[in-house]
Amino acid sequence: MSLSGEQFIVPGGSALADLEVLPADRAAQPRQARRWYRQPALMAGIVIMGLIIATALSAPLLASYNPIALNLNATLLGPSSHHLLGTDQLGRDIFARLLYGLRLDLAVGCLAVLFPFTLGTILGSLAGYFGGWVDIVIMRLVDIVVAFPFYVLVIALVFVLGPGVRSIIIAITLVGWVSYARIIRGEILVAKRQDYVVAAQSGGLSSLRIMGRHLLPNVITQAIIYAMSDIVQDILAIVTLGYFGLGVPPPTPDLGSMINDGQNFLTTHWQLTTIPGLAVVVVGLGLSLIGDGLADLIRPGQS
Amino acid sequence: MTDPILAVRDLHVQIATRRGTVRAVDGVSLEVASGEALGLVGESGSGKSMTLRAILGVLPAEARVTSGEILLDGVNLVPLGNTDLNRIRGPKMSMIFQEPMSALNPVMRVGRQIAEGPQVHLGYNKARAAQRALELMRRVGIPDPERRFRAYPHEFSGGMRQRVMIAIALSCDPEIILCDEPTTALDVTIQDQILRLLAQLCRESGVSLIFVTHDLPVVAQVCQRVAVMYGGELVERGEVREVLLDPRHPYTLGLVRSAPDFEYVRESLVPIPGSPPSLISPPSGCRFHPRCEFAEEDCRVSATPLRPLPGGRSTACLHYERCQEAAAADRVRR
Repeated sequence: MSLSGEQFIVPGGSALADLEVLPADRAAQPRQARRWYRQPALMAGIVIMGLIIATALSAPLLASYNPIALNLNATLLGPSSHHLLGTDQLGRDIFARLLYGLRLDLAVGCLAVLFPFTLGTILGSLAGYFGGWVDIVIMRLVDIVVAFPFYVLVIALVFVLGPGVRSIIIAITLVGWVSYARIIRGEILVAKRQDYVVAAQSGGLSSLRIMGRHLLPNVITQAIIYAMSDIVQDILAIVTLGYFGLGVPPPTPDLGSMINDGQNFLTTHWQLTTIPGLAVVVVGLGLSLIGDGLADLIRPGQS
Repeated sequence: MTDPILAVRDLHVQIATRRGTVRAVDGVSLEVASGEALGLVGESGSGKSMTLRAILGVLPAEARVTSGEILLDGVNLVPLGNTDLNRIRGPKMSMIFQEPMSALNPVMRVGRQIAEGPQVHLGYNKARAAQRALELMRRVGIPDPERRFRAYPHEFSGGMRQRVMIAIALSCDPEIILCDEPTTALDVTIQDQILRLLAQLCRESGVSLIFVTHDLPVVAQVCQRVAVMYGGELVERGEVREVLLDPRHPYTLGLVRSAPDFEYVRESLVPIPGSPPSLISPPSGCRFHPRCEFAEEDCRVSATPLRPLPGGRSTACLHYERCQEAAAADRVRR
């Protein structure tokens, strides 16, 4: 037996060190093991979306053409060093239109998630916390909205309100809030029976404070996870509305209207439709990856 | 006795369930003097916790106070709405819960949870409320409060969490603290520390306590007076020593007999036969009569209100003399 003393000391010493870890540090360890950069899906999504957002934001620097300037001497050109992705039937630079279109669609998409998220969270909290007639009124509203297919109602609303960014956001807000309201209401129904809520009530805190400071921070993660998948749906909805001519009025570039414009030239100039279509696919992929990764990160043990 | 801080008069709480109306609290009357600790004992489902929650006005949605008065400093709390109650809960009365883990908000730093009361009720700004929280944490014996202020509840041990709960309950200098089995979830050494802390706070600041528990030694350690609940009613009330050493109600006697006795380790504890009564259709007469060894015909039919006995105590038992004899015989056997 020629084992050196060190070999005994090292494992023993480290075991002792583990035992001395404070409760605070021990609780923090599993969190560290799930660091966000260890999630391949989340990481890939962040890289994709980071690139897209960076390009979209720097559109004025990257695009050397005005996206709405016509040049009827240079219509339907193929890709070249002058026009990276060619030009459309009115001689507009496709690369410039793509970047500005992405910029608009992403911005509208974010707003179109933020508003239903806020509205749905507020109404869902009220319904879940107060119950009674408040709950009945809000949930019947939810039932009415849910009875219609998403696109039918959004298109009908945009049709009534008239095309444009504002109507799109209003329409998606009026239709999209129901999902958030349902999620938050369900979570609050469970959470409001917890002792900490009764404790907050017996501390004389107002209902508003209990909802905002005590309940929402405990239940909001579910809504955030849903928002990540919802934003994909909303961007698709915006593109779809643009395709139907209910989006942003021309000549402002928008991926949906670009796909629609290129449709007439599909057999001869397929890139007019394919390029904005691919852009939508890549954006959807990036956001979905972020959503999945985030869900895994926030809901450990369920992945 | 001086004027009571809190007086509960003929309180009735009913819970609507699918199987019928549960009379969870059925005509309970209590008085708590300033600086006094009142124990409220009874087995699970006897209405102890419901009484506390009714006093605070935090009954579950299905339950409501159907009659009776809850007078805090002479003001009846029963008809008050949430807005008015919120001026009383916190600065005048507060509550300590059984499970400190679930009664603390898991995603809020404990310092902020302690500081919230003073911010809302005493109008303190954030910095002053934080100062107050640190002072309270020191007072309830949380070591290194500056560092612990920013910790979350899951980073605390059970005993430390209960100290946080006590700090929250104390944060607005209430006149009375309602304790719902505050030491049941803790192991005995921590339980002793928490009980000493509560008794000390009671002595130092003159705060009154209502102490709900099913643990008789705990009552003996903290409380001066005790009220025994059975099936939603009070069955006996009096000084702790008198009631626990010389019970005048067979249910109290049963509780004393079924509690482990440190000095006289008996061969076996004597359990109370049977199970608690249904509060949907309680037994007629004395609610304890189906389980009572002294029960007679009149126990089945006569109402049994709490009646005063000589020496400032009361009992609901019609034949308390027999219980007295049995208790005396128990003492002789020891």
